[in-house]
Amino acid sequence: MIMTEYFLEHFVSHFNYWAAIIIMMIGLYIVISHTNLIKKIAGLNIFQTAVFLLYISLGVVAGGTAPIVADGFSVYSNPLPHVLMLTAIVVGVATTALAFALIVRIKEAYDRVEEDDIVEKDDLCGEEADQW
Amino acid sequence: MIDLIIDMVLLVFLIAMAIAILRICGMLAMAMLFGLYSLLMAGLFMVMDAPDVAFTEAAVGSGVSTVLMLVTLSLTKSRYEKTTSKFQWRPLIIVVSTGAALIYGIHDIALFGDPQAAVHQHVANHYIAHGQAETGVPNLVTAVLASYRGFDTLGEVVVIFTAGIGVMLLLGRTRRHVRKSDEDVA
Amino acid sequence: MKDNIILRIIAKLLIPLIILFALYVQFHGDYSPGGGFQAGVIFSAAFILYTLVFGVDTAEEVVPERALRVIASLGVLVYAGTGLAALIMGGEFLNYSKLATDAVTGQHIGIILVELGVGMTVSSVMLLIFFTFANRGRPEGNDYD
Repeated sequence: MIMTEYFLEHFVSHFNYWAAIIIMMIGLYIVISHTNLIKKIAGLNIFQTAVFLLYISLGVVAGGTAPIVADGFSVYSNPLPHVLMLTAIVVGVATTALAFALIVRIKEAYDRVEEDDIVEKDDLCGEEADQW
Repeated sequence: MIDLIIDMVLLVFLIAMAIAILRICGMLAMAMLFGLYSLLMAGLFMVMDAPDVAFTEAAVGSGVSTVLMLVTLSLTKSRYEKTTSKFQWRPLIIVVSTGAALIYGIHDIALFGDPQAAVHQHVANHYIAHGQAETGVPNLVTAVLASYRGFDTLGEVVVIFTAGIGVMLLLGRTRRHVRKSDEDVA
Repeated sequence: MKDNIILRIIAKLLIPLIILFALYVQFHGDYSPGGGFQAGVIFSAAFILYTLVFGVDTAEEVVPERALRVIASLGVLVYAGTGLAALIMGGEFLNYSKLATDAVTGQHIGIILVELGVGMTVSSVMLLIFFTFANRGRPEGNDYD
């Protein structure tokens, strides 16, 4: 019984935060362990959405509604995290596009998008590099 | 209560989708999963009373962002990523220790939806109580975005503009003679 | 995708609706969910759909890249200009209360102008980024200015 109460209080009521951290861990794992640069950017985007999720979860008020003032409502969710994340999403896609542009240039210069291949090619010099 | 159940189901889907993106090695399939992931995220924002953010995530995540990923895939001609059969311990250790530290930290955060939480005691009360009277705009998100935090938004717009310029500088090719010399080198 | 008749018809039906919705989100953003950022990305999503179905050349005839560059810069200028106007009218930078005789009306005018600037910049930068990527992948030789 005590276990159930503990579970309800510490897991269900924190489930959004747990989920945000699990998603963040998956994103971070993709960034560190995968060598494909496009996959790395996808991992970084997952990490980013985990942060959005955490912020929006913090802004929720139980029994509240969307922060648009209207008659008949008095409880609203916190508008501040919404504003911060709204701008972060659009800025995020713009910077992601910049990262993709860099990847396209890397592909044109090295003919590879795998990080270890690129490092390997960087280490070569002279004729070896020309023969790549 | 029903909100909480929808919320939890969507979160479980979201985690499953993130794991699918992690496991899949076909790049095209990954881009498609990424669009789905963003759509789920938009639904989740809607459940959490953030329609403005849900709008943006739906249009950006499953629209613009997925299309950009597809264009990049076609430009780099990558269809499958290189996978290693060797299990990687070091990233796992780093990630699990980071996650453990964060999970230790979140138990000090107030319960989900608690109106007495510290987040709601700062400026949010002022926005909700006086926002409409001071700006004449009932949508508080717009009021905070454009008026109370106008400087911040100006910075964000300039960042987007700069990122656009950066992409054009990196990939744009309006002058022919520059490329001619590139071809000679190649 | 130019030969796929179902895609063409559906796109032709959807694109005006998406653009109309983007305009609604932009100009009704004070009273309902919406604003410049959302409207900008929805607007650009409509043109990206158009480009995907009808090709880059057709799309660039509809929205020339040169015009997009001007609109993107103009958006930032509208935003900063609103702030500057408030400065000239006797307030602080971006304090819209001084834009009209009544503080609340001034705030409302300022918010509409600022959101317009945001919408212009976001939509045109997204389209510019997409066109730049799309042009990169075309065969060499047909991209003379």
